[in-house]
Amino acid sequence: MEKTVNHKAWFLVLPVLVLVAFSAVIPLMTVVNYSVQDTFGQNQFFWAGLEWFRETLESERMWDALGRQLVFSGIILAIEVPLGILVALSMPRKGAWASICLVLMALPLLIPWNVVGTIWQIFGREDIGLLGYTLNALGVDYNYTQGFFAAWTTVIVMDVWHWTSLVALLAYAGLQSIPNAYYQAARIDQASRWAVFRHIELPKMQGVLMIAVLLRFMDSFMIYTEPFVVTGGGPGNATTFLSIDLVKMALGQFDLGPAAAFSLMYFLVILLVSYVFYTVMVNMEKREGK
Amino acid sequence: MARITLEHLAHSYLPAPQSPEDYALKELNLDWEDGAAYALLGASGCGKSTLLNIISGLVHPSRGRILFDGVDMTAAPTAQRNIAQVFQFPVVYDTMTVRENLAFPLRNRGRDPAYIAERVQAVARMIGMEDQLGRKARGLTADAKQKISLGRGMVRREVNALLFDEPLTVIDPHMKWELRTQLKSLHHEFGHTMIYVTHDQTEALTFADKVVVMHDGRVVQVGTPQELFERPAHTFVGYFIGSPGMNLLPATIEGDRAYVNGTHVPLGGRYGALAGSTRIGVRPEFARLSRDEGLPVRISRIEDVGRHKILRATCFGTEINILASEGEAIPADAARVVFDPANVNVYADDWLVAPAQGSAA
Repeated sequence: MEKTVNHKAWFLVLPVLVLVAFSAVIPLMTVVNYSVQDTFGQNQFFWAGLEWFRETLESERMWDALGRQLVFSGIILAIEVPLGILVALSMPRKGAWASICLVLMALPLLIPWNVVGTIWQIFGREDIGLLGYTLNALGVDYNYTQGFFAAWTTVIVMDVWHWTSLVALLAYAGLQSIPNAYYQAARIDQASRWAVFRHIELPKMQGVLMIAVLLRFMDSFMIYTEPFVVTGGGPGNATTFLSIDLVKMALGQFDLGPAAAFSLMYFLVILLVSYVFYTVMVNMEKREGK
Repeated sequence: MARITLEHLAHSYLPAPQSPEDYALKELNLDWEDGAAYALLGASGCGKSTLLNIISGLVHPSRGRILFDGVDMTAAPTAQRNIAQVFQFPVVYDTMTVRENLAFPLRNRGRDPAYIAERVQAVARMIGMEDQLGRKARGLTADAKQKISLGRGMVRREVNALLFDEPLTVIDPHMKWELRTQLKSLHHEFGHTMIYVTHDQTEALTFADKVVVMHDGRVVQVGTPQELFERPAHTFVGYFIGSPGMNLLPATIEGDRAYVNGTHVPLGGRYGALAGSTRIGVRPEFARLSRDEGLPVRISRIEDVGRHKILRATCFGTEINILASEGEAIPADAARVVFDPANVNVYADDWLVAPAQGSAA
């Protein structure tokens, strides 16, 4: 077929280009701009080259935050994924209770991040919080503003409370797509409950679980609001994750250069991890379709 | 192997069934002889699968009892009944190899590995997948998957019964024939009780010693293919079996004569007074055209299907079919149809009525 050449068609793409430019490209370029310059105020900038990147990579503070971040993401994935599957398995498959369960499960997902933070911040307080007061009354030394362990536990439990539902809902959707004949055949074959899970349910949930892991990893890797509201990154630096550290650096200390270099590398790490996940997922689908 | 008896069995999927319409399976009593091959035939949604699932224990009946060799198994779980069942939709365990799939039912029952290996090999030969035993079941074609399902059904030799729920729907036509022959020879060899659900009459008639015809949640007739053909017990059996199905004409019955719109049709026997709406049923095979006797018809179409011709006609507004042999000339002025009196069946309210005397058979 003959192609019609009409360069005016480019104008149709223009609104999108403008939108993307203002929402993503220009802000990102500003960050790039900051990352290679130094300033002493008065809007005067000096070329700094890759100095800030080198400094960030050599800073112990950044590596500590990254370490905490990875431990945090690892822990919440290790809890939320199995727990989510367990919840999905025990949810009713049909009837009124199924709908009720779905709504209940979706509730935490609808609460804004800072509200979740506030809820737990108050819930855990030892003077007026139900959880904090009860624990202390029971003789447990629980104070998330002072104890390292208490702070971590609070932040993790909060995240599990907030996001296990997401994994559960995704796993539930995967379970619902399994035809009844599979369960019937398994009963005829006298398969154990474990075998049904291992050979029927888990393979069918594989795809959605990958998505769940990816989403939860990305989200937890970028977590900011909830720990910021509850612990503010403390006690000390105990719960200072990457983004909390970044904000401290950029807005607290107004170190724009290092913060910009930091955020660019942060962005690249997330991009890289997403790409790896995406490739793995696409390959898995291909194998399945073969 | 066992004789399976169903006593006053009925099932409803509703929690509190009221009227007979609420029952997917209306009350029935049925005996499945040990070692016979049965076909369960009926249109979609007539309760065939429900009946099958009740026998295998996947569904618990609302009422009635199931006996295996006289032992009440109504409450027994599927595992205890020792039944193999193959479903319409191919079920394979994707993460396992073909070999592991076939071995799965035996392994779950803790059988000896040497015995399992031998059985898997034998079954793989039967379904023609010996060279694919080592590959993963994921990614196989639908008919290969269904062959694995069939194989898993056949791998246990000591089962009480083998149940097939329309297992060949997804299989290629030539493979279908081959597998059906395999099943049949398997039946001859080991003598399992087999129940084969299908809505395809050819499949039912070629596979089974006895065909159980179901209609609207009811078993309407159990019989050999020949009985179903010659004496359909219900008008449904009449038109569901046969190609084309039985002709049915509203008629009034008086003694050994039927009157269709006032024109008389001789019957093979003498009938008493009948209640309800009466009809006569004649297979197209037992109808022939005539110039001067019988019922008036108007032929609308002639279809030549090779071995014979099918004449589509109307008789007092009712569509009927007449079978004419290949060489038979169809006279241009033939405007009447004659039925063979011995093969005219009488139905009252859709159920076959036996003649009071002078039986046609």
